[in-house]
Amino acid sequence: MNATSTAPPSDLLPNAEQLYQTLLGQLKAGMTRHAHLVGIHSGGAWLAERLARDLAHQPQCGSVDVSFYRDDYKTAGLKNTRNKERSELPFAVEGAHIVLVDDVLNTGRSVRAAINELFDFGRPACIELAVLIDRGGRELPFAPNFCALDMMVQSDTALVLSRDTQGTFTLHTEVRPS
Amino acid sequence: MSMRHPQLNQHGELQHLLSLEGLPKAHLLNILDTAERFFDEAGGIRKLPLLRGISVFNLFFENSTRTRTTFEIAAKRLSADVLNLNINASSQSKGESLLDTVANLSAMQADMFVVRHAASGAPTLIAKHLAPHQHVINAGDGRHAHPTQGLLDLFTIRRVKKTFHELTVAIVGDVLHSRVARSQIHGLTTLGVPELRVIAPKTLTPEGIERLGVKVYHDMREGLKNVDVVLMLRLQNERMQGALLPSSQEYYKQFGLTPDKLALAKANAIVLHPGPMNRGVEIDSAVADGGQSYILPQVTNGIAIRMAVMAILGGGKI
Repeated sequence: MNATSTAPPSDLLPNAEQLYQTLLGQLKAGMTRHAHLVGIHSGGAWLAERLARDLAHQPQCGSVDVSFYRDDYKTAGLKNTRNKERSELPFAVEGAHIVLVDDVLNTGRSVRAAINELFDFGRPACIELAVLIDRGGRELPFAPNFCALDMMVQSDTALVLSRDTQGTFTLHTEVRPS
Repeated sequence: MSMRHPQLNQHGELQHLLSLEGLPKAHLLNILDTAERFFDEAGGIRKLPLLRGISVFNLFFENSTRTRTTFEIAAKRLSADVLNLNINASSQSKGESLLDTVANLSAMQADMFVVRHAASGAPTLIAKHLAPHQHVINAGDGRHAHPTQGLLDLFTIRRVKKTFHELTVAIVGDVLHSRVARSQIHGLTTLGVPELRVIAPKTLTPEGIERLGVKVYHDMREGLKNVDVVLMLRLQNERMQGALLPSSQEYYKQFGLTPDKLALAKANAIVLHPGPMNRGVEIDSAVADGGQSYILPQVTNGIAIRMAVMAILGGGKI
């Protein structure tokens, strides 16, 4: 775990900051003005937080920690989170227009968990999906409304978004625990 | 190679919660951190789908309405199916053995047992006879342990004081008969509380308790000086019957937490009590209902802590 994969090497990965600008541009052009942003912890929450600052209409921003809604709980257990991630939705979900934000879209299971969680808070009028990277491999019928990059990644490799102390995004790869 | 801790599985994960004694710090902190995540922004406790399809059996061989209720609420908040069994009134009185009772309940597809028993070690005995996917949570056994009460006290302290490393904590009352005190001592020691005091009459102080790293006081005024946290214990009325205590009035005079005694502690000291309280025996109403009392938040915190234990036990390890 946590070892860096050899393929693809992290230095050949796309520039996360450029991808962020692309995603920001798409949302500037296409995001409904009264929509709220909801980021999926942790990468999606970082993105949503920054998008909320950078978008001129300054949408409200929340986050969801999907670990209580994951469908692999019974086999994989509860994730040990010392980072105190919590779901925070500082607006009424009932009737809201929501843009769900995640860093990497793969199987779609995190998105499923996030949508289930949102529905426990109310019935949104509409949920759209914005991701930095769509790496394929879907196991559920989801497609992003906003996506900065489509990219094929080997199934044994995890794409991980990091944020440094200055708030700069970078991407690296990790070997997925089998 | 030492023998594996009976609460942990071969991967070092929590399989049962039997006692805080010997439970590694990382596990303690994980339980506290998980409990924190069950609160919503308004301070309420969330309803979550985590334990859907899991059956939690509350197995109370000894009565305790509050503990059973908070376990029941915790399980229901996690969407488990809950069954409350008051064993006093059923099979035990017909002569069925503890393990036969448990075997029968296992055949009824129980996934988790919450066990309260007058005999120390009963939950451990049950744990040894279960399948790998089943779990036991000790809800108080004899004088041995009451780990979820200890955890909710740790949790309440941390929510107010943020850290354990500079605290002086006093446990006051019938330490001799208290499983709560034992769990508190083990938990607080593991989390690095530098000064732990026990304040009790000589007749209610267990012999050799100093070996657990606590300072013993028989004078409450002396013991409360400069403490950050006062953990009161319930004085069980039945103790008055024996020769251990002269009278409840005398006890109140010496060991009852009154505003003037509490004034000897630090100005921002907090007061906890596991309930039910005997007002006018171990605690004065002015303290119980005062600004330093965290007795009611403790009850809410107890739900979150029990949810955390169930959520950690219920996942994985299949």
